[in-house]
Amino acid sequence: MKESDQNIESAGYRSVIGAGDYWWKEIKAGEIFRIHDLEGNQAADTLFYRAGELSERYSASDTIRKQGGLYLTTGSKLISNRGNVLLEIIADTCGRHDTVGGACSRESNTMRYALDKEPMHACRDSFIRGVQEMGGGIVDITCNINFFMNVPVTPAGELSFADGFSAPGRYVEMRAEMDVIALISNCPQLNNPCNGWNPTPVEVLVW
Amino acid sequence: MNQPIYKTELSGAGMWSKIIGRGKVMKLTDLEGGANVGMMLYNANERTERYSMPDTLKGQQVFYLRQGICLHTDMGRLIGSIIRDSVGWHDTVCGTSDADDVKAKYGELSYQKAHNEWFRSGKDCFLIELAKWGMGEKDWMPNVNFFSKAVTDDTGALGYVPKNSKPGDSVSVRLEIDALVVMNTCQHPLAPGGGYVSTPVLLEVFEGDAISDNDECLNSHPENSRAFRNTHDYHELKQSL
Repeated sequence: MKESDQNIESAGYRSVIGAGDYWWKEIKAGEIFRIHDLEGNQAADTLFYRAGELSERYSASDTIRKQGGLYLTTGSKLISNRGNVLLEIIADTCGRHDTVGGACSRESNTMRYALDKEPMHACRDSFIRGVQEMGGGIVDITCNINFFMNVPVTPAGELSFADGFSAPGRYVEMRAEMDVIALISNCPQLNNPCNGWNPTPVEVLVW
Repeated sequence: MNQPIYKTELSGAGMWSKIIGRGKVMKLTDLEGGANVGMMLYNANERTERYSMPDTLKGQQVFYLRQGICLHTDMGRLIGSIIRDSVGWHDTVCGTSDADDVKAKYGELSYQKAHNEWFRSGKDCFLIELAKWGMGEKDWMPNVNFFSKAVTDDTGALGYVPKNSKPGDSVSVRLEIDALVVMNTCQHPLAPGGGYVSTPVLLEVFEGDAISDNDECLNSHPENSRAFRNTHDYHELKQSL
């Protein structure tokens, strides 16, 4: 747990992303990017790319391997598929963020919950529209970060989606180490506790 | 089991990619113990559909692969089923080594000096084989590391368990979709330093049997049953009269 030195009033950019919406924006090297869990227990599914070069992107397995640990928090460097640092987490009042659980999709909802859940809105559809606007396509969607989501793994190898550590007002903040594009799907999932069964807005801020 | 329809030995730090048809069984055997097989899998006909580590793990509430576990794709379907396994734990979270990892851990050994004993990274091997199918960085996803075990403690710190697989251990995967299989035998990225170890693996492919109603993989999780249904529907709809 580490609190930020930033003053909310001085943020140069603020935007609220409703549950089920997507958002993307370029963040310049040296800028500070915060995601604010306004109402608590909301999963912010997030992908990062090198600005202008979609082929270089966030890599969950490189990030996990280089830090030797599963969960993301203050001090975690978010690593690209080319081994470069995209951003570093510099403040975190939630304490643990997931990067093995991936994003929900209409297709995986049929597998996980029931075949008739297919029509329900899901993160991957939001990611698809986001990367299309950025000039990419479905292959540009990779294994993402789930900020504020808790996916505990036991030493025996069991994995679960658990009630989150997050709460209203908690946030995670990172400094861009190169010009990056952040793409967020504010998760609409209604079938598991990743959003506390009630998807809510998050706010993004840039200094 | 019958005679293999295909058989080859992959040298240490060797690489291989081919399409294996639906229903066939791919068997990997660790010949000397301590092997690692990094693998990525794609639907051979729709290559944007790929093995999905997150869907595999969350669909079966596991952190590792073993007998009875299915390999899920990002489309709610299955690309493979682990029908036999004498190892018990295969990693799919730690990714593969890159050139920096290899250099930091083992130093450098060039082709000029060592010819085909030179030090290679898993990342190079994957990118080389992917390129032969018109694929590359954009098709990169977290891979499987057959034969290797990495565990986590309550804080999420990862530990590598050495000698997870013994000489003669094997794992058999039945392909559930015509699959482009891309693999290499580079060491696990968390394997300790000290020496660059090249460990050979035997790859055999067999004709498989029809899936029975009491198939272990079909029945191990209700999520697998639904994914089998999705996979069945995909093939039924695709079938020409």
